[in-house]
Amino acid sequence: MIDSSAPTAGDVIIESRNAVKHFVIKTGLMNSRTAGVVRAVDDVSFTIHEGETFALVGESGCGKSTMANLILKLLDPTSGEILYRGASLADMPSQDVKNYRRNVQAVLQDPYGALNPRMRVGHIIGEPLEVHGVGRDDREERVTAALQSVGLPPWVQSQFPHEFSGGQRQRIGVARALTLNPDLIVLDEPVSSLDVSIRSQVLNLLKDIQDERGISYILISHDLASVEHMSHTIGVMYLGKLVELGDAELTCSQPQHPYTASLVAAATPPGTTPNWPIPIVGEVPSALETPSGCSFHPRCPYAMPVCSRETPELAPTEDGRMVACHLYPDEIRNIDKQAPVAIASTAAAGNV
Amino acid sequence: MTTEQALASDLRRSSTAPLLEVQDLQTHFFTRRGVVRAVNGVSFNLMPGETLGLVGESGSGKTITCLSLLRLLPRGARIVGGQVLFQGENTLELSEKEMERLRGVRMGMILQNSMAALDPVFSIGTQIAEPLAVHSGLSWKAAMERSIDLLRMVKITAPHLRVRNYPHEMSGGMRQRASSAASIGPYPDLLIADEPTTALDVTTQRQYLELLKELQQQTGMALIFITHDISIVGNLCDNLAVFYGGLVVEYGPKDQVLNHPTHPYTEALLEALPVLGEKRERLRTIQGDPPNAGNLPGGCPFHPRCDKAMDRCSEGGPPPIFNARNLQRTRCWLVE
Repeated sequence: MIDSSAPTAGDVIIESRNAVKHFVIKTGLMNSRTAGVVRAVDDVSFTIHEGETFALVGESGCGKSTMANLILKLLDPTSGEILYRGASLADMPSQDVKNYRRNVQAVLQDPYGALNPRMRVGHIIGEPLEVHGVGRDDREERVTAALQSVGLPPWVQSQFPHEFSGGQRQRIGVARALTLNPDLIVLDEPVSSLDVSIRSQVLNLLKDIQDERGISYILISHDLASVEHMSHTIGVMYLGKLVELGDAELTCSQPQHPYTASLVAAATPPGTTPNWPIPIVGEVPSALETPSGCSFHPRCPYAMPVCSRETPELAPTEDGRMVACHLYPDEIRNIDKQAPVAIASTAAAGNV
Repeated sequence: MTTEQALASDLRRSSTAPLLEVQDLQTHFFTRRGVVRAVNGVSFNLMPGETLGLVGESGSGKTITCLSLLRLLPRGARIVGGQVLFQGENTLELSEKEMERLRGVRMGMILQNSMAALDPVFSIGTQIAEPLAVHSGLSWKAAMERSIDLLRMVKITAPHLRVRNYPHEMSGGMRQRASSAASIGPYPDLLIADEPTTALDVTTQRQYLELLKELQQQTGMALIFITHDISIVGNLCDNLAVFYGGLVVEYGPKDQVLNHPTHPYTEALLEALPVLGEKRERLRTIQGDPPNAGNLPGGCPFHPRCDKAMDRCSEGGPPPIFNARNLQRTRCWLVE
């Protein structure tokens, strides 16, 4: 493994221990009837170390943003717990919660919606400092420093968000996240709303900041190419469950779960053949009607009878990565990954 | 697909005259703050059955170019120069009535957001059948039957049931396919797809693009793809036109443009994106921001961001079109 892989020596910053988040959907008069339960996050466990970039990937509706909200403590888990440096977020005293919010920051997807249009940039970036009781003189200095670290001149402080382009706005968002010297930043699709020619500016900036300050990132994205470029560890989510977890480069070059393989195949540049080319069929089923057993089985070309009965557990494989699939540890040996696969179910091929 | 259609499809492909010739098209917006030169002299040809990719960032003029072809420009925008020859006919001189016929039958367009493209209060079947009944002279019953066939063509299972569904009863991918069914209904000679996959999931994108290619093979129509992501669409196209600042800065066969770009912007764009399976320590960045069409820099619109810019790049108008390699054309002084 190359030296940019997960710095396992670093302390654990965040641990998710069997986190579950269910949303109950109510209908009827006065919301009296329960229409169903969306298992947005269903028994998800992972750890994030200091200086590490941990990516959550998956299609829309797979629960990756809910997971981010649990970590930001914008939502409380239905069961299970999230630990910050060993302390559970659920029974944290309020003073510690404030401290936690100082150490864990977020950069959101839409730089247009994330910045208050009526506030000047200096105020936007300085507000977190104000909330956390930093004095006025000190504040100014730190705002200037934050702007400098994202490559913006100090005079932009007196301007309003609408005077900036998308890329500059996203940098203002990053500057705001940096002012409190956090040790973890949640990046929710940080470049997907930006123009192609300026995405690399923001991605390079985020990497530089990490190299300088040793901040950990949680990167939420559906773009595997930028995830592979940015992260050390990847967790692949499907309908609320973690189906694969492991080193970023290995996950992208030798995916273990058929779902990961099909994501990789879909992102592989034309002209190169992926290691395990599985064409993806159909769409993600509704989160209200998750399939029985392994929720990927209706779309999986290797589905066996057991897949629709039992939910596979996330378990370690030979090279130390984790996968939740009934093909492991035995069946996978009999699979020729280069052989063309038949589409498993016609129902999945058309529309689910 | 009937033999008649198959014959028509072969006939379309065997023709050697261009289906569409765009020559020095200029579309400007007249606003209170001044003239916005959104399309500033765009030229390209399209052969019958060809797939052309229009690649560019937001504001580069690719969508306005296509809306100019259809003459469906937003308020304040006017075509101020150039020619659009569709099957030899100058569409800019057609009456609105003739244009309406052209749009209904010979040109189709797929929009980015299928939820906005479909009317929520009509069933899918009605929306597919309506243009057929209006423009192709089919009876309502025949048009409804045809819409079931079309839904089958876009791989929607149980089309005879789905035809009665409303847009909200379908998933995003299905809606996008249903709205494509409406666009290809009259078997147009030209289909314009404006970022058809942006609203779809990564996994659904591939499926949808492959479906479009398949439909093209069946009907022999020409296809224009508008996209900001060269990596997704690049391989599906025969030719690529790279847009920047209201101009086509590079045009050529897909392999040449992707593997041997001749314009610094194309080159930088290809190197700025992370590619799966390629280890890059740092991504190439393009300095600055895309230009504002209301305030384009003089000379080459890319010169303020170009690391190969020379003195002459900022002088006068945009660089002329040079022949770079066979069929590959570039608006850059470096190729002169």
